[in-house]
Amino acid sequence: MEPLLEVRNLTKIFQKKGQTELAAVDHLNFCLYPKETLGIVGESGSGKSTVAKAVTRLIDVTEGEIFLKGENITFLKGRELRRICRSYQMVFQSPAGSFDPRKTLGDGIGESLKNAGVPRKERIKRVEELLDQCGLPAEYARRYPREVSGGQCQRAAIARALAIGPELLICDEATSALDVTVQKQVMELLAKLRKEKGMAILFICHDLALVQQFCDRILVMKEGKLIESGTPDEVIRHPKEEYTKRLIDAVL
Amino acid sequence: MRRNAGSSAAAGIARKRKKNHTKLRLIIFGILVLALLFTAVFAEHICPYDPNRQDLANALQAPSLAHPFGTDRYGRDMLSRVIAGSQTSIFSALALVAIISVGGTVIGVSCGYFGGIPDTVVMRISDICLAFPGLVFAMAIAAVLNGGVRNAVLALAVVSWPKYSRIARSQTLAVRQAEYISAARLAGDSPFQVIFRHILPNILGPVLVTAMLDIGTMMMEIAGLSFLGLGAQPPTAEWGSMMSGGRSMLQTYPWVVLTPGLAIFVSVALFNLLGDTVRDSMDSGNA
Repeated sequence: MEPLLEVRNLTKIFQKKGQTELAAVDHLNFCLYPKETLGIVGESGSGKSTVAKAVTRLIDVTEGEIFLKGENITFLKGRELRRICRSYQMVFQSPAGSFDPRKTLGDGIGESLKNAGVPRKERIKRVEELLDQCGLPAEYARRYPREVSGGQCQRAAIARALAIGPELLICDEATSALDVTVQKQVMELLAKLRKEKGMAILFICHDLALVQQFCDRILVMKEGKLIESGTPDEVIRHPKEEYTKRLIDAVL
Repeated sequence: MRRNAGSSAAAGIARKRKKNHTKLRLIIFGILVLALLFTAVFAEHICPYDPNRQDLANALQAPSLAHPFGTDRYGRDMLSRVIAGSQTSIFSALALVAIISVGGTVIGVSCGYFGGIPDTVVMRISDICLAFPGLVFAMAIAAVLNGGVRNAVLALAVVSWPKYSRIARSQTLAVRQAEYISAARLAGDSPFQVIFRHILPNILGPVLVTAMLDIGTMMMEIAGLSFLGLGAQPPTAEWGSMMSGGRSMLQTYPWVVLTPGLAIFVSVALFNLLGDTVRDSMDSGNA
């Protein structure tokens, strides 16, 4: 089967004047197949979020290539990049911070549709449908981010990510800022949507318990390198690396 | 516990009172500034006399009922000239602030958002502009361009934009990191759409307050250039050049200098007070 997303030798080096180079991601290789949920775990600073930003082309990579549906998207720019953005979307970590404080949630959710040339009336209808799918009342389209709770805002963020109908959804610590009960609800929503839409999900998280329940396959990252991979049971029940064991012990 | 609750309630009331106070000030200064603008817009209709009509028989009359501000050495009515001068002084200051705030913001936002070599070059140019004493630099430019209000505005614009580009740039750098900017990019916004839809609305507050506070300063600087003969040229009524024309008579016929001076003082003070109040109301609005 052809992978939906293939990452080859992905390397991102951050360099600041007068400081040593820091390889946030160091020659990383992985594949993500259609309809698969792939989890990336690792401690803070292990380069998980950098992977998300590189894959979505929010930052340029230092080295390596990214293929989406067989197309090399590593060097796409401008209009071409905006076209390919419709195939993937992202849910960010901070619920309120991912919506413009001066725009309503409806504006945020409908923005990709607006850019795709969907007329206003249809857009409003679509936004209400999306909110409904994510378990929010339609009137939330007129609310501002500060007027809703973190969990509701994250639901709206998921609605926004779904608006353009992506094949790949990237969740970068999407549930980390939420408390446990709300976290569970959001995970249930994601599981429901994954089933309905048949999306692939790249699930970046530091919570091993969540990853174990939710993912088909897990990658463990340390200092920008891939150190272990496999199904959740293999990785969590029978970790091969000392680092993975420590991660698991930290949860228990 | 109870004392805490009491003191926090008292603080709440004090804050509310302060907020109401700010609102009241906003209304009062707003009305006064509107009155000033009204005077400037309808200057020709408000003037009791033609501001440029000479009447040598009545030259240098002390303030009286017929001429509340007296007359100058050509017998022109000072009140009419001060009113007519408001048009030049206020509108040129407003135009100047509009030019530099819009221009400086556009430059600053582009530098902050796109970065790279153009950013470095533009910021070094603005450093150079900031290193010069503004009015002296403006004098040099105004002198090269020859006099006239338009050239004075142009000269001041050339030296005053860096302040706005600095503010807009630093604000843009802060906003650019926000996740909603990444989200907008993923939603397929082009860089210009990101700037106009998301960055500009979020940085407008500080720029607006700076612009409000700058109106008074710019009015002074235009009047200063005119005083030096590099701004408005006679017989155009302009407060700075009117003061300059009368300065040899300060001891004998002080009203020729004092009345336009008073007009500058009052309008600069009003614009500054309004700017301060707008800033206060924005601060309390954000808190």
